[in-house]
Amino acid sequence: MRGVTVYLPIAELSVNILIILGMGAAVGFLSGMFGVGGGFLITPLLIFYNIPPVVAVATGANQVVASSISGAITHFRRGTIDIKLGTVLLCGGLAGASAGIWIFALLRRIGQLDLVISLAYVILLGTVGGLMLAESLRALRRAARNEPMPLRRPGHHNWVHRLPLKMRFKKSKIYLSVLPVIALGFCIGVLTSVMGVGGGFIMVPAMIYLLRIPTNVVVGTSLFQIIFVSAYTVIIQATANYTVDIVLAFFLMIAGVVGAQYGVRVGQKLRGEQLRALLALLVLAVGIRLAVELVIPPAEIYSIVSGAASY
Amino acid sequence: MRHALLLLAALLPPLLLASAAAQAQALPPVVPITGGVPSGGAGPMISADDTPPPEPTENLDIGISTEEIAITSDFRGADLTIFGAIDGFNPRLLAQGKYDIVVALEGPKENATVRRKERVFGIWINRHSITFESVPQSYSLSSTRPVEVIAPADQINNIGIGVDHMRLEPVGFLGDGSNVGAFRDAFRRLKEASGIYQRDPGGVQFISASLFRATVRLPANVPNGVHIVRAYLFRDGTFVSARALQLRVVKTGLEQAITQAAHQQPFFYGIFAVLLAVVTGWIASVVFRRD
Repeated sequence: MRGVTVYLPIAELSVNILIILGMGAAVGFLSGMFGVGGGFLITPLLIFYNIPPVVAVATGANQVVASSISGAITHFRRGTIDIKLGTVLLCGGLAGASAGIWIFALLRRIGQLDLVISLAYVILLGTVGGLMLAESLRALRRAARNEPMPLRRPGHHNWVHRLPLKMRFKKSKIYLSVLPVIALGFCIGVLTSVMGVGGGFIMVPAMIYLLRIPTNVVVGTSLFQIIFVSAYTVIIQATANYTVDIVLAFFLMIAGVVGAQYGVRVGQKLRGEQLRALLALLVLAVGIRLAVELVIPPAEIYSIVSGAASY
Repeated sequence: MRHALLLLAALLPPLLLASAAAQAQALPPVVPITGGVPSGGAGPMISADDTPPPEPTENLDIGISTEEIAITSDFRGADLTIFGAIDGFNPRLLAQGKYDIVVALEGPKENATVRRKERVFGIWINRHSITFESVPQSYSLSSTRPVEVIAPADQINNIGIGVDHMRLEPVGFLGDGSNVGAFRDAFRRLKEASGIYQRDPGGVQFISASLFRATVRLPANVPNGVHIVRAYLFRDGTFVSARALQLRVVKTGLEQAITQAAHQQPFFYGIFAVLLAVVTGWIASVVFRRD
């Protein structure tokens, strides 16, 4: 294991290439299996492996571009992307990503970036993981008793559908206000630039449960928006903070896209609710790991930051 | 082997003298030090009253095995060898082993902020911080004996040799100066724990009467930039003279090209990173196409 080191020019440290490839492959496998981008896994993993958080976040976003592209191409061939809806989401997303970069720089200046990244992960992963686990366990119990799944009624309206500025999205067969769509895109954009996640694991449930968008176009459309917001984030991070490590990103991508193909195959053998329960457990595990880190007394309460610009 | 050493011993002093002199001009003056006994104190040279101390005529000449260390993709640290000679030494003192050499490799200087976590509402967050002004990012020390043994603490502190004695001056106003010491200790401890600060109290060896060889270690995460090799000569616990040379640590080849691109053409670098991701994702979807 010792012999295969590679020097990361932006992170400015030598890493074991096998560990990096292993991380990329494992995250790729899980992202292929569950149909998520994997940004929420790769960024914490890189931070656990001593990659500076600033580099991990920016490089994670780059890896998300690669893994989302292959997914989106498949959806594009099948015609399951609502380009119009995706574009509206994207408008919010780009604004959110810009705001996120600003927040990122501010937190870095006052020395609380690590804390906010960790807290945001704990809250998000805890909430999403908990909700998903509860939902999938209900579904599993139902399946065990051979009860029929309750039909979701797309026509059923909630408060979201009473908002003004409505627009017709033909592909999704839905007539919806652009306000909640832009707001959702904005929030995901902020998360992308602050946390290095694509945000698919939040966007997909929000689109299904909150906006009542038909399930068949949700994943493709969210991937469509994630590609552009992540790409935008990568370019902005590279320009403003010089924190995209292309060598690190490249190894993660290569291993990630290959791992994803095997993940997809395993994923197809499992039932939907089983997959969701497993994903929920994984999300919760990452969240708990980060929460424990915040709560237990650290082995070292001091830390050193060099220079004014580097973190 | 012995012949080679003898040849080296004969050739090195004049050679080093020339290169050291050329380099010394380009460098800022070595730490301002008033050589000799600290004024008024009961120094180590108590006999100074009856017999006047010999004039400090000794000089130090040093040379390094390379002026440039290249960081390649498989860089895992390097050893730097520094050769040196004591010029104009007192043979009697030399025979008694009264001369000590300390060689330090200082990395590029930068402000460093030390932060301390405290528990707030059950979670640990960064609360207090102190920024130390222009401290070396890396530091390797090599000496004939531990520096604490070579000279009295006030001299060592004055010159700032060694991890425990280098200057750590806080920047700006401090409301409560009482915890600066804790932050200084933490800084030193963390830097040594990460291997970026290190010391080798046996790293300088005399290879002939007045010729010595020092080895300092550059860790794998050595910072890029201009490092300074400083050599200090002590006679019987008293600082006599110092020399300094530059050492450049540079990224090479692809690593350098990438760093340069990232900092000089950041926008196009970002575009390229995205394109790389797009191509990788696209190739994967073509290669693994299953419909």
